[in-house]
Amino acid sequence: MKIICAVAGVAVKELYRRKEFYVLLIVTILICLVMGSVNVFNDDKVIRYLKELALLLIWISTLIIAITTTARQIPAEKEQRTLLPLLAKPLSRNQLIVGKFLGCWVACGLALICFYIFFGALAASREHAWPLLNYFQAALLHWFALGVVVALALFGSLVFAAPSSNSTICFVIVATILCLGRYLDAVALAQSEPIRSIFYAIYFAIPHLEIPFGMRNLIVHNWPLVEWKFIALDAIYLLAYIALFLAAACLVFRRKPVN
Amino acid sequence: MNTILKTEKLRVEFKTRQLGKATTKVALNGLDLAVQAGEVFGFLGPNGAGKTTTMNVLLGFIQPTGGAAYLFGIDVRQPIARQRIGYLPELTYYYKFLNAEEILRFYAKIFKIPNAEAEKRIDFVLKLVELQHARKRLIKTYSKGMQQRVGLAQALINNPDLLILDEPTSGLDPVGRMKVRSIIQRLKNEGRTVFFSSHEMGEVETICDRIAIINNGELKAVGSVSEISSQHGANLEKAFLDIIGFQPEAVA
Repeated sequence: MKIICAVAGVAVKELYRRKEFYVLLIVTILICLVMGSVNVFNDDKVIRYLKELALLLIWISTLIIAITTTARQIPAEKEQRTLLPLLAKPLSRNQLIVGKFLGCWVACGLALICFYIFFGALAASREHAWPLLNYFQAALLHWFALGVVVALALFGSLVFAAPSSNSTICFVIVATILCLGRYLDAVALAQSEPIRSIFYAIYFAIPHLEIPFGMRNLIVHNWPLVEWKFIALDAIYLLAYIALFLAAACLVFRRKPVN
Repeated sequence: MNTILKTEKLRVEFKTRQLGKATTKVALNGLDLAVQAGEVFGFLGPNGAGKTTTMNVLLGFIQPTGGAAYLFGIDVRQPIARQRIGYLPELTYYYKFLNAEEILRFYAKIFKIPNAEAEKRIDFVLKLVELQHARKRLIKTYSKGMQQRVGLAQALINNPDLLILDEPTSGLDPVGRMKVRSIIQRLKNEGRTVFFSSHEMGEVETICDRIAIINNGELKAVGSVSEISSQHGANLEKAFLDIIGFQPEAVA
């Protein structure tokens, strides 16, 4: 575990010594502050739109951080040849994969905390309320969803040679799931066989990230808390996908030449 | 004597595809090597002879097609075989966003060295490679020679019994070369086992106890520098050219 934590520590340090995170945080803050300073149509409930926008920006920013950070981990190690002295140590390839995953996931979690603190402050400045448990539920599932994205990007970084192609493919997959994932079963119903079965197979195979994505409504519309057992079930569901992608990454990396 | 590094009938094939045709390149063909404890072993050969491939197999970077390789009697495919070795790759770069101290701390953690001991070790190796003054500077500000010395420092962080160095002086200026060479000399005097590849015959003659010459993936000669030189009635460089079958008139 000490070895995995050491590898993870380097990945976390990398994120916080690069500029992307700070740029995205500042851009999100600026957009929200500008949007928050105007009262469109004199609507009393305009804070809902502001919250919706802020959460959408937070999702986009954290997805960018998760995918770009993870996609370059192994390829950059290969390109800069830092992988050679690293694998020449008593470190197994599986430990390296798990360490990289853990580092990127923790880094995303820390970024998420910063974003949600800003969001909480923004919402509290208008609504004078701190629904902390609602924020916690949304952020927790958001973090687990990012875990799936990180594991997917890590797996992709071993399959695709260039980080840019991996990042693009990951973005397309995640955006498609977030936008269309929930409608696939309805689309399947309208099809005839064998297309229906294919659509159903895709529907049941993809990780349904739209569930944590939908948790935004909990905060935007001030809905009551979700029962904790459902949060736990969704977290377990997302953890299963994390394990699946990590196992696939370990299998691909197991015998891959690294010279 | 205690054999620290051993290869048995090591064979590595690379499958490539050229113009749609599958071809197989034999990088190593039945390589048998044995390095004893405490000796400095030079691994020589022209470019593309199979030196780096041999090191890659020894370090578990690539899987051999046939044969076996052992470090300290343990199959190299097991990570534990690398617990007592230090490795310096040819022309490597380290994490640019870390400083020398952080890099060494990171590698020390991978070797599970306790924190207090790791700090002492970091001080020692930084002093050895003369980088104490730059220990807090980010690696991206280092010169090539300084980066190579960080490489040596990370290779020594676990106080290894066997050092594997892949062309350690390649690309360095004369001062950098001299510094690296003096460190290897010092390790030799401490009784460490060093296995290194080099194209510098003068360096090999000065430092090595024994050498092996490899060409086209096959072992051509093994022995002490004086044995090999005397067998060919010439100095090491001429003996080397003779062994690999180089014909000067072909160039002329």
